[in-house]
Amino acid sequence: MQQAEAVADQAVKRTPLKKRITVAAEKHGLIIAFFIVVAFFSIASENFLSYKNVMLVLRQVSVLGTIAIGMTIVITVGHFDLSVGSLVSLTAVVVISMHDVVGPIPAILITVVVGLISGAFIGYLVGYLKLNSLIITLGMLVGLQAIVLIYTGGKYTRIVAPDETWFGVIGRGFVFGIPIPVIILGVLLFVFSIILLKTVFGRQVFAVGGNPTASQFSGISDRKIIFLAFVISGILTSIAGIIMGSRLMAAQNYLGQGYEFQVIAGVILGGVSLTGGEGNVFKAFIGILIIGILKNGFLLLGFPYYFQWVAQWVIVVGVVWLDVATKRGKVLG
Amino acid sequence: MIQKLYTSLKKQPIWLILLGMAVLSSILVPDFFAFGNFKNVLVQSAVDGMLALGMTFLMINGYFDLSVGTVMGFTAALAIGLQPYGLFVAIVVALLAGALIGAINGFFVAKAKINAFIVTLGSFIGVRGLIYIYTKEQALVGEVMDFGMFGASDFLGLPTLFIIMFVLMLIAEFVLRKTPHGRHTYAIGGNIEAAENSGIPVDRTIWTNFIICGLTAAVGGVLLASRLNAATPTLGWPDKNLMTIAVVVLGGTSLAGGYGNITRTLGGLFTFGVLYNILNLLGVQSYYNTLITGIVLILVVYIDSHIRKNRLSIG
Repeated sequence: MQQAEAVADQAVKRTPLKKRITVAAEKHGLIIAFFIVVAFFSIASENFLSYKNVMLVLRQVSVLGTIAIGMTIVITVGHFDLSVGSLVSLTAVVVISMHDVVGPIPAILITVVVGLISGAFIGYLVGYLKLNSLIITLGMLVGLQAIVLIYTGGKYTRIVAPDETWFGVIGRGFVFGIPIPVIILGVLLFVFSIILLKTVFGRQVFAVGGNPTASQFSGISDRKIIFLAFVISGILTSIAGIIMGSRLMAAQNYLGQGYEFQVIAGVILGGVSLTGGEGNVFKAFIGILIIGILKNGFLLLGFPYYFQWVAQWVIVVGVVWLDVATKRGKVLG
Repeated sequence: MIQKLYTSLKKQPIWLILLGMAVLSSILVPDFFAFGNFKNVLVQSAVDGMLALGMTFLMINGYFDLSVGTVMGFTAALAIGLQPYGLFVAIVVALLAGALIGAINGFFVAKAKINAFIVTLGSFIGVRGLIYIYTKEQALVGEVMDFGMFGASDFLGLPTLFIIMFVLMLIAEFVLRKTPHGRHTYAIGGNIEAAENSGIPVDRTIWTNFIICGLTAAVGGVLLASRLNAATPTLGWPDKNLMTIAVVVLGGTSLAGGYGNITRTLGGLFTFGVLYNILNLLGVQSYYNTLITGIVLILVVYIDSHIRKNRLSIG
């Protein structure tokens, strides 16, 4: 036993430095990137690491992070969900408008059902009818946004008496100084990482994403797994919509516009493989956190809001390039 | 002759759908069958047609570009905003900007071998940022009146913008059918490994097609700028790229690559144009137009996958 360890030790020592750096970069690149970003902004702006700002960033990313869990599962089974942004708009509008009609709890339930239906619809088309998920969810992106506008007639939706309901607690409340959305996200991250790593469903998700043909031959119903992945994504997105609605106690028609890109960008930064079969919800969350910090940091430094879009373009393409290049050992293919 | 027409219609059912729609709406929709209305459809198709043209090249090649809508918006803003330096400069810079964004996309896809979806989704957002940085969130209004007049003018009784698009489409169809670049595009879309093994310059062809797509989107942006003689930061956001893909797929060009042509895209373009025109004449709210784009897109993908299955079972 000891001998074997000694051999292993020697093997580590013998590995050339360059190789070791590449391996380390591949393994811990995300964490390194995270600390570089944090270090940069804490030096550049003195307010960045203040308690208030840290909590602000965490509260902001909790919505994206909740969606990212679903997106991680969808990408792990080998698909994309571009409809999440519009679904956030729709579910936020539904929960706000229903709140004054039926009360908070029924409104939340109705909203989750809306997310479930949307996810099931996509899941049926992609899983059972085998249609291209990119185009289908792109269709859902515009379709759901149109439904939002038809539903509200283009008007701003808000809760009439925000002081007379507890609904705002979900998005605005704190427990022991930690915002409730962050706690919700923490619980969801924990639950879904157990589901992915320890349950049969989780292992099937990785199997279907890694090799659909092989998993089919071993008796896994890839249709069902893909269907469920989209259903989970729909439900989690509706939870994100509820959190958003509760935080604002109102909903604007284009609330979630562009979320799909931020979530996908974060998930990719988190090392979730775009070809499927590889993904980790915690790493995806760190990716989302980096996106959130960039957004917050550039604003603190006084750049215009839309500057972050250009930054996201550069960073996402750069990081994916780095990832692809380290994997094949060459800069160009 | 009739036999030939029959087979080509059978190959491209989109024209029959278009004819059916036109006949039905001539009967059912008042004002539809009027020359002025046809001209409306043509003017509106000119810009969309330019975007769809480049997208057709790319989709036959087996890729697609999610950034065409924002490239169109960016180049339209440049074509208006740079007019103080002269109209010629404004147009040339706008076209170069489009080609450059296409070249950046193409570099990352063809050379760095990054997933085209990520690359173009990135430029979709990034170029939107460029639009806002350039316009400072303001609407721009053109200074050169002739530019706006050009956009509203007629040539041989048809809208000039449409004529420009149509001529470019003829050239594009020629390039696809008769030149090595066109044949390489089909070959790569059909089977990239086979194409590589038979010595086709795969990377260069893909890169070129991304540049073509960026350039045609820029032409679309310039045409749009000329029609409006103004530009707002939200032009083409968020569903223009989606509509463009829908037009191409509706025409019958395969999502999987290797199959399709510009004639089909023209059919898809007119079908969408007539559809929106009918909705407009019937006084349907524009929100429903967006919903219908989404539904049509999902339907089209469904039909596309059926056609592909049938083609496989025949072949």
